[in-house]
Amino acid sequence: MTIPLSWYLIVAAVLFCIGIYGVLARRNAVGILMGVELMLNAVNINLVAFWRYLNPTDVAGQAFALFVLVVAAAEAVVGLALIISVYRNRTDIDAENINLLKQ
Amino acid sequence: MIQIPGNDIFIALATWTREIMLSIGLDPAFIEIVMAFIRALLLGTMALLVFMLITWLERKVVARIQDRIGPNLAGPWGLLQPIADGIKAITKEDTTPNGADVTIFNASPIVAGVAALLVYAVIPFGPNPGGECAGAPCGPMAGTEMSIGLFYILAVGAVSLIAVLMAGWSSNNKYALLGSFRAVAELLSYEVPQVLSIAAMVMIAGTMSMTQIVEAQTVPFIFPLFITALVFFISGIAESGRSPFDLVEAESEIVAGYHIEYSGMKFSLFFLGEFVHAFAVCAVVTTVFLNGWQGPVLPPWIWFFIKSFGVFFIMMWIKFTMPRFRIDQLMAFNWKFLVPVSLLNLLVLAVGDTVLKTVGITREASPWVWGMILFAANLVLLFAALWALGRSARKSRLIKRPIVARTDDVKPAPSPVAASN
Amino acid sequence: MTLTHIIFIVFAAITLLSALFCVTTRNMFHAALYLVISLFGVAATFAMLEASFLAAAQLIVYVGAVAILIIFAVMLTRGGAGSLPAERQFNTQAGLAAVVTVVTLFILLRVVPFFNYPVQDAAVPVDILTQLGHALVGDFVLPFEVASVLLLAALIGAIYIARERRKGEVEG
Repeated sequence: MTIPLSWYLIVAAVLFCIGIYGVLARRNAVGILMGVELMLNAVNINLVAFWRYLNPTDVAGQAFALFVLVVAAAEAVVGLALIISVYRNRTDIDAENINLLKQ
Repeated sequence: MIQIPGNDIFIALATWTREIMLSIGLDPAFIEIVMAFIRALLLGTMALLVFMLITWLERKVVARIQDRIGPNLAGPWGLLQPIADGIKAITKEDTTPNGADVTIFNASPIVAGVAALLVYAVIPFGPNPGGECAGAPCGPMAGTEMSIGLFYILAVGAVSLIAVLMAGWSSNNKYALLGSFRAVAELLSYEVPQVLSIAAMVMIAGTMSMTQIVEAQTVPFIFPLFITALVFFISGIAESGRSPFDLVEAESEIVAGYHIEYSGMKFSLFFLGEFVHAFAVCAVVTTVFLNGWQGPVLPPWIWFFIKSFGVFFIMMWIKFTMPRFRIDQLMAFNWKFLVPVSLLNLLVLAVGDTVLKTVGITREASPWVWGMILFAANLVLLFAALWALGRSARKSRLIKRPIVARTDDVKPAPSPVAASN
Repeated sequence: MTLTHIIFIVFAAITLLSALFCVTTRNMFHAALYLVISLFGVAATFAMLEASFLAAAQLIVYVGAVAILIIFAVMLTRGGAGSLPAERQFNTQAGLAAVVTVVTLFILLRVVPFFNYPVQDAAVPVDILTQLGHALVGDFVLPFEVASVLLLAALIGAIYIARERRKGEVEG
């Protein structure tokens, strides 16, 4: 195989860190969700790269990545529904201002 | 499956091209890449030429259905009309609305056009000749051979939805935004019966690869998969946004919807995307249900085009005969009729196929018997579905509406006949 | 540096650059579109890893559904505080977040890619798709059913949470 495994792992690591920055530094709640999606995609790249290079005859690697995809989709749906509900009540999706439970 | 010469012209061309490149001294791996690019170029050109032909054909057919002649001034029988349309589109003023997001505004017709063209990469136009063309194996007569051909078609269908949202948002126009919301709602809804019917196809054919589906059709799959074909055809018409599902882009409705601000060549690209998508749906229906390129005397690719244009004629016929649906009628038709019917269809096919397999009638053993028994099961399900639809329609039609009593105390005027007596 | 290397570098650059623009741009709609490009890049990576079914599934699920949901959410929450491009888009911990990101990146890049993995040079079996189908209803039937129940729960929950409240109805 011409491309070494470490290249794929580097790409996944950088994508994961970009996602972390998006989650930690964004104000807009939808922006935070985009960071979460990037992190889940990075994890998927890692899983599929390991499947291909370490055990390509076993289908469990692809099945695992498929389930991660499904769970990520479900979580994005519920997260967006929550954001829309918060917007309806307060017209404000700035994560700094949603602090009613704070002391 | 009958092997007929007629592919030989393409094999000869491929062999000649490869030999030229080998004689220049190019690396064989590089030659494969160049051949792939040439294939993509030919497929794209073919799709666009078919688009030109379709615009002319559509106007002639609608004219004849409406008892008039159609375009006949530009060239013999109006055959140069598409060129005249193209010249008009190019020379129109290219407006950009004030306050629009220019990059996205310019990019969305491109995405819409390209997403429709991507489907043609997996449609087979002829059999796999096997054998070698100047040292390398001759591939199948399709863009490429993918083991997930049908699934790929679903994937590129999803790409065109993004173009609709981009167009609606970047136009800085509330009608465009509203139109794109409704268009995306309709397109997403009609993907569900499309996916369910593709699931039924894959289950019966046993493979997702388009070339293998054509080769598996000793009996054309329109017989065992009759309801699947109907559901896929109807949802394909809805997905390409043609009438009677074209509420979201009709001029008299939402003022032309999400492409209201586009003029000239950009609008032509949206138009191109819609028509190319419609013909792609016809090509998929031909490949999966009507035996693809198989046929007795003529070369396979000519049979493919004959069948595809036949299916496209049926699409045009439906378009010019039926009035368009309202948005709530669209959604009700999809969620209350198409989705339950396609779910039941999946169930009936799974049960039927398994029962027939235990009895011993399979697709390989006795194809026509298997096909006809499943066709009978499909007809039973279709009649049951239409009977249920008729009953619910009758019930809603016969709801007695209360007659409101008169509340004014005006006596009616005395009639002149009684007064004169 | 063969053609495969060049293609890999191009797609990795597209994915990472558009992800970077996604988390740093001020306009939320542009961020959503950069996310779409990034998801395309990830699908291309799956295709290069010969997981073709997963690449198509990624396109259908992420680009065709999740990205469209995100774009809808951006459009429906326009005009709220925190959603306009003119306002500050990064919160008070943005600097600390950048530091944490760089440290994590450094740790990951030192350790993960250069481990001595037992790499097998085998080819993917031709009927991997059939095997996947059999596995999903054979070995992995329990996660499959649980995933479908999860999707049902997410569907019902999202419809209920994002519903318009009628007059007089208690919220929450």
